[in-house]
Amino acid sequence: MQALTNKAKQVDRAPMSFIEKMYLPAIIKGMSITFSHIFKKKPTINYPEKTRPFSPVFRGMQILNRDAEGRENCTACGLCAVACPAEAITMEAAERQIGEENLYREEKYAAKYEINMLRCIFCGLCEEACPKDAIYLSETFTPADYQRKQFIYSKNDLLIPHPIENPEAYKNALGNRANKTTVN
Amino acid sequence: MLLAIDFALLLEKLILVVVVVFASLGIAMYTTFAERKVAAILQDRRGPNRAGPFGLLQPLADGMKLFFKEEIIPNFSSKFLFVMGPALAMLTACMTSAVIPWGDKIDFFGRTVDLQIADVNIGILYVFGVVSLGVYGIMIGSWASNNKFSLMGGLRAASQIISYELAMGISLIALLMITGTLSLKEMVVQQQHGYWNVVLQPLGFLIFLICSFAECNRTPFDLPEAENELIGGYHTEYSSMKLGFYLFSEYINMFISSVIMATLFFGGYDIPFFDESVLAPNLAAILGIVALMTKVIAFIFLFMWVRWTIPRFRYDQLMHLGWRILIPLALFNMLATGGVILYFNK
Repeated sequence: MQALTNKAKQVDRAPMSFIEKMYLPAIIKGMSITFSHIFKKKPTINYPEKTRPFSPVFRGMQILNRDAEGRENCTACGLCAVACPAEAITMEAAERQIGEENLYREEKYAAKYEINMLRCIFCGLCEEACPKDAIYLSETFTPADYQRKQFIYSKNDLLIPHPIENPEAYKNALGNRANKTTVN
Repeated sequence: MLLAIDFALLLEKLILVVVVVFASLGIAMYTTFAERKVAAILQDRRGPNRAGPFGLLQPLADGMKLFFKEEIIPNFSSKFLFVMGPALAMLTACMTSAVIPWGDKIDFFGRTVDLQIADVNIGILYVFGVVSLGVYGIMIGSWASNNKFSLMGGLRAASQIISYELAMGISLIALLMITGTLSLKEMVVQQQHGYWNVVLQPLGFLIFLICSFAECNRTPFDLPEAENELIGGYHTEYSSMKLGFYLFSEYINMFISSVIMATLFFGGYDIPFFDESVLAPNLAAILGIVALMTKVIAFIFLFMWVRWTIPRFRYDQLMHLGWRILIPLALFNMLATGGVILYFNK
């Protein structure tokens, strides 16, 4: 029969020589192999202290963005909800009142904005659909939880920290991914 | 006359006993940690590193965990024997350390203290006797569990230890013919002045080493607790601190047999290529303890290194190795040693 690869090896069925029967050389050889592993580099990353660098296209948890003055970008147009293939996004729009100009950037805003993280497939289509640079996928994971209902993230969970009141948390949440979404 | 006991001696020995027992417990504790760490390093992993700095508190956490586990005594077990098994295993493991010379004499405020609990003139025989008793702990525990896997483990342990004790004893006879004494202390003194026994008895040492792996139930001879065939072997039914006692006694046994091998074949507390008598006696004694511990640690590392290299024997291979290879080899070694001694003494 023709071999499929050239890796096939003929099994050696010759009786063992005296040296082989002693097993000791083989044991010493094996032990030297395990010993050499002491000096090998360990591939493990000490996870909570060190994290693996993400690729620039990594898509993590969604974030609702604010502009530089801390006003919410979202106008509740609903394009993200339409684009979402998993139908994970729901929202309710409301009209901005006088005196709320420092809270919302435009005349309409999302009074309620929910993403069901159990449905979300992290495809990033919401980010692509958004005309206002209001939603994008950050570099953080969705944290684990004990109850299913806690995976329906409300606006409180999604909204990015205030850039003026809490600039450090804002920068952290923004991550590197925000830099590339300046086209809109 | 009856009250004319040397109370200072009693106190001295008592302190020595407490120190030795606690030291061997502490070393056994950290051997469990070292085992996991060595396994990890040999397998390119990191090992326990979460509890305390470098994971050094891991054995404490393990001990605490064992204490807080539920204590289960199976309904169909023989309750008295079930408790006695681990107790006996632990007791015999701790008892062996009594005759080991840990170091030379120490001068303690004008009083010379021998760093050995008892310099019995049958030293090594005592060790053998107590070690053989150790298998009763396993057998009683396995029988009392009333579980077929436990019983299988116990059977294996008993037959394995009997088989390997023979070869071990015969290899030891060859050593005793050279030293001419059973006292461990005297053996060390002889090795301080002459060669280490491993030079004179390389084959004997090899047989002794293999047999002590078997006696300690360590891989490649860990058939009594072969996890994948016997669940847990003799400690299948054990939980909580009783299981802890079994595991712990195994590590103490490993420590003690490392000490025995270092003492018998590698000069005990002798510092190689160095004359201790030029130093102050106290310093020499302390350096001696350090030398002994270094040898012991090397042996313990060897135990672990072998464990993570060589797979377990099949049962018939184990018996074949014991009866048909090691015993004839040990006999040959004994006869050859005797012949050589006879030839040179004529």
